[in-house]
Amino acid sequence: MKTSAGLLLLILLLAIVGPWLSPNEYQATNFDAILQAPGTAGMHWFGTDDLGRDLFVRTLLGIRITLLVAVVASLVSLIIGVSYGAIAGYVGGRVDAVMMRFVDTLYALPFIFFVILLMVAFERNFLLIFVAIGAINWLDMARIVRGQTLSLREREFVDAARLTGVSSMRIIFRHIAPNLLGIVAVYVTLTIPQAILVESFLSFLGLGVQEPQTSLGALVDAGVNQMEGAAWMLLIPAALLALILLSFNFLGDALRDFFDARQSQ
Amino acid sequence: MLRYTLLRVLGAIPTLLLVVVLAFLMVHAAPGGPFDDERVLPVDVAANIQAAYHLDEPLPAQFARYLSGLLHGDLGPSYRYRDYTVAELIRSGFPLSLRLGVLAMALALLVGISSGIVAALRQGSMLDRMVMFFAVTGISIPVFVVAPLLVLLFAVNLQWLPAGWSGASGAAKYILPVITLALPQIAYIARLTRASMIDVLGTDFIRTARAQGLGTKVIIRVHAFKPAIMPVLSYLGPAIAAILTGSVVVEEVFGIPGLGQFFVRGALNRDYTLVLGIVIFYATLIIALNLAVDLLYGVIDPRVRQR
Repeated sequence: MKTSAGLLLLILLLAIVGPWLSPNEYQATNFDAILQAPGTAGMHWFGTDDLGRDLFVRTLLGIRITLLVAVVASLVSLIIGVSYGAIAGYVGGRVDAVMMRFVDTLYALPFIFFVILLMVAFERNFLLIFVAIGAINWLDMARIVRGQTLSLREREFVDAARLTGVSSMRIIFRHIAPNLLGIVAVYVTLTIPQAILVESFLSFLGLGVQEPQTSLGALVDAGVNQMEGAAWMLLIPAALLALILLSFNFLGDALRDFFDARQSQ
Repeated sequence: MLRYTLLRVLGAIPTLLLVVVLAFLMVHAAPGGPFDDERVLPVDVAANIQAAYHLDEPLPAQFARYLSGLLHGDLGPSYRYRDYTVAELIRSGFPLSLRLGVLAMALALLVGISSGIVAALRQGSMLDRMVMFFAVTGISIPVFVVAPLLVLLFAVNLQWLPAGWSGASGAAKYILPVITLALPQIAYIARLTRASMIDVLGTDFIRTARAQGLGTKVIIRVHAFKPAIMPVLSYLGPAIAAILTGSVVVEEVFGIPGLGQFFVRGALNRDYTLVLGIVIFYATLIIALNLAVDLLYGVIDPRVRQR
């Protein structure tokens, strides 16, 4: 758990300050240095691509964008999921039944295809990527939050708030939501890798982040086209993507185990 | 059982309708039409094209036309592949995708369940830890990273297997795509089987069976196997969806002319009707297969039917 967290921090730090360590620009092409292997020549530490662009800077930019999309998309799913789940759990009864039945129905849908449909219809809109990916991942969050809210609802402090005449909406968002923080934090760590997966999947297919911007998925896609002769173009972004995903998954699992153990006590 | 089946089948209909409405609205709510190009067409030519594809009608009329076509198995003409209907394109691409998917699913079940059982029987051993490490890795690393890495290793460097589809002959060209597609599912299924097998092996009826002097093999085969694979059975729905999504990537990487490739090409060319048609087709397939899994569950576990 510490290793994963440390590794993620290191990657994040590198993505933030890294581009300033290199004299190269992410979109600058150099036709004298096409497909140059990783090394110190021209300070191209990760080599260059088929347009002579520096891959060190591009890879770090890719990590930045991948993480940015993942975090924003997770926030979107957090907002939708917590509101939906808390309302369903707090109101209860028939409203709850209908709302959760709707979630069950959505579970059966192949969301990723709908996101692609959106990308086709609305061109490749950067903002839309955030919202669309966030809108896929709120279902788990809604279920978990609802379950927690169902038990929180019966606690004395909620009764007390209700007796003093606090409105339902205020109880949900001021009194219940803060108590969900722990479990929600755990599930956000598990949502982030899912969002990364969707974003890089879209970018890999050419439907996500567009040139000259890039993301890890787009870099892997570019690497696939050059893998004979320039394997580094594939290996470096693929390894980093795998590392980031593995770290998030290990971290999320560890946090969940920790939280579960504390709850069962 | 009849009541259960009927309820399940009826329950799938609103979901299907939701899919069609949602997909149709997404495409038609977009600003700009499918024939907006950089080259501006003369006004009457544009009007003629609009009329030919019924794009000049109000949205409800277009939807009614689309829905009635859908019920007759007609998904309209493709906007980019001239002279082809969407249904024809799906018919030409799907059989290959289906073959890949079925092979991958079979491989995933075979390897996943057996390695899960072996890991559960030797809980804590080196073998068990290896299986679990592989499982976490397999779940975390996406298909579009695994696929090119396998190609790089086995096709480009070692040259044991063909990298592409066209030009390669026989069964060899199936090996890499099917393995790539199956890997993440093997990982999930192994983890699920291991966990539930460990649970089942700890129950009283297994202890009773042991006390009667039955051997491990008999206990696994006769007593533990069925309850232990129930979670795998309920994972089949998501697994099918994941294999469908994965096949889009695998077909792209290996250049396989299946439905996934049509889908990606359609998406990149903004071929609205083709993408819409394939999304509805995929969604229907997933819902139908989920329904089949539900019914199968009801057959195997009678308690489910009571709910």
